[in-house]
Amino acid sequence: MSSTPDNSWKPTASLAALESRARQSSYVRDFFAARNVLEVETPALASHGANDLNIDSLRVDLAPLPQVDTLKGWLQSSPEYHMKRLLAAGAGPIYQMARAFRNGERGVRHNPEFSLLEWYRPGFDDLDLMAEVAALVCGWLELPMPERLTYREAFRRYSGVDAFTASDSALAQKCERWVGTELAARLSRDECLDLLLSHEIEPALRQLPPTFLCHYPASQAALAKTSVSEDVTVAHRFELYVEGLELCNGYWELTDATEQRRRFELDNQSRQAAGKPDMGIDERLLAAMESGLPACAGVALGLDRLLMLKLGTRDIAEVLSFPVERA
Amino acid sequence: MASYSTNEFRSGLKVLLEGDPCIILENELVKPGKGQAFNRVKLRNLTTNRQWERTFKSGDSLEAADVIDQEMEYLYTDGEFWHFMLTDGSFEQYAADAKAVSDVLKWLKEQDVYVVTLYNGAPLSVTPPNFVELEVVDTDPGMKGDTAQGGTKPATLSTGAVVNVPLFITIGEVLKVDTRSGAYVNRVKS
Repeated sequence: MSSTPDNSWKPTASLAALESRARQSSYVRDFFAARNVLEVETPALASHGANDLNIDSLRVDLAPLPQVDTLKGWLQSSPEYHMKRLLAAGAGPIYQMARAFRNGERGVRHNPEFSLLEWYRPGFDDLDLMAEVAALVCGWLELPMPERLTYREAFRRYSGVDAFTASDSALAQKCERWVGTELAARLSRDECLDLLLSHEIEPALRQLPPTFLCHYPASQAALAKTSVSEDVTVAHRFELYVEGLELCNGYWELTDATEQRRRFELDNQSRQAAGKPDMGIDERLLAAMESGLPACAGVALGLDRLLMLKLGTRDIAEVLSFPVERA
Repeated sequence: MASYSTNEFRSGLKVLLEGDPCIILENELVKPGKGQAFNRVKLRNLTTNRQWERTFKSGDSLEAADVIDQEMEYLYTDGEFWHFMLTDGSFEQYAADAKAVSDVLKWLKEQDVYVVTLYNGAPLSVTPPNFVELEVVDTDPGMKGDTAQGGTKPATLSTGAVVNVPLFITIGEVLKVDTRSGAYVNRVKS
């Protein structure tokens, strides 16, 4: 009897990639130590998961425990909520390299379990934090400092459409060449924008030096402050693209608990409409915000993708010891 | 009818798209971190053989196409249909129309075994083996002495296929031909 040798016990990353990851972790720790940013750890398992419509947290069933009032836990899709509670408690500037989990995401740039570098800077706005992200990323990758490009300008330039003022039907029409008429008609405005972003803007960004995409539409503000710029409301949210790869997502953070509650409720309504679980409202986060979240900016950066760029690989498996199908 | 959700998409899966059976060639997840996930899929339309690129919203599904590949022996043609028989011992026969055999016609030899793709139980296409052996029915006389130069000449095979062959090949010889490239491989000793 012969059988196909099964190599699935072996790591998909080379030893050289594992060594690079260790060097990257040291680089990150040195970077923040020099800037007096405190390394912290927060729970990966908690009673609430992210409310974002498009992020699916992984559910965990808990055995009954004294003083724990829920039997349902969620693996965190980012350490954001807990880190904000530390900020409200007066922790000052903080960072962590966390394991994060997002259900249903597997591809050449995704694994359901991945590493996030997340940090918060009291007193910074989005511009200050972009400068720090640039220093960290471009210092490690030895690349020129990124350019800034507004979301609106990127869409004008590469999709020939104004993402803020175009009608819903005009956006849907732009999507038809990718998804066909039937699906295009079913897409919401934000889904159309996401489709054009990933099919038309990202490929264009591949040809550019590192680029910050900033000033997102208010409907995609998530946890960012908004303001009016050029007659439209923009979110103080930014993402860094290097070689077309989305590397981080940052906010000039919303600190208003009432507005945050309103956005969570809207998120939960959208989730219900999409047949996804209602994530409730993390009252401890809102209580922390009410007690006083300092004015700050924060960002989450994908460490696996940063390593992909460092090593010039196209497949995330080459930087993970064991991707989900081998874990 | 069964259907497949985008998270079940993988290469080789056969699905119905706009009424046509298609095979999935590639499937890529694209998702802005905070945004809607999409699957960018490359497919080949099995009816037209044309390649499509189409994006789906993650979580959507496509109906499965009742498409299966079966090994069958080619029996004969009556001029309108080309008749094949399952090699599994069942002797079950299938009639393929001109459209289904159009690509394979020049490699079709009685008693050879082909892969017949059935869609809803009827032959949709026929794929030849990678190599077939066919007899030369017409070619210019062999020119001795030119072999060193590696020159070639056209030769017509028993099925009507025309392939470029070395100058020493003569009528009546049996040749091994690569059906993927249409290239001569070697002479077969008979």
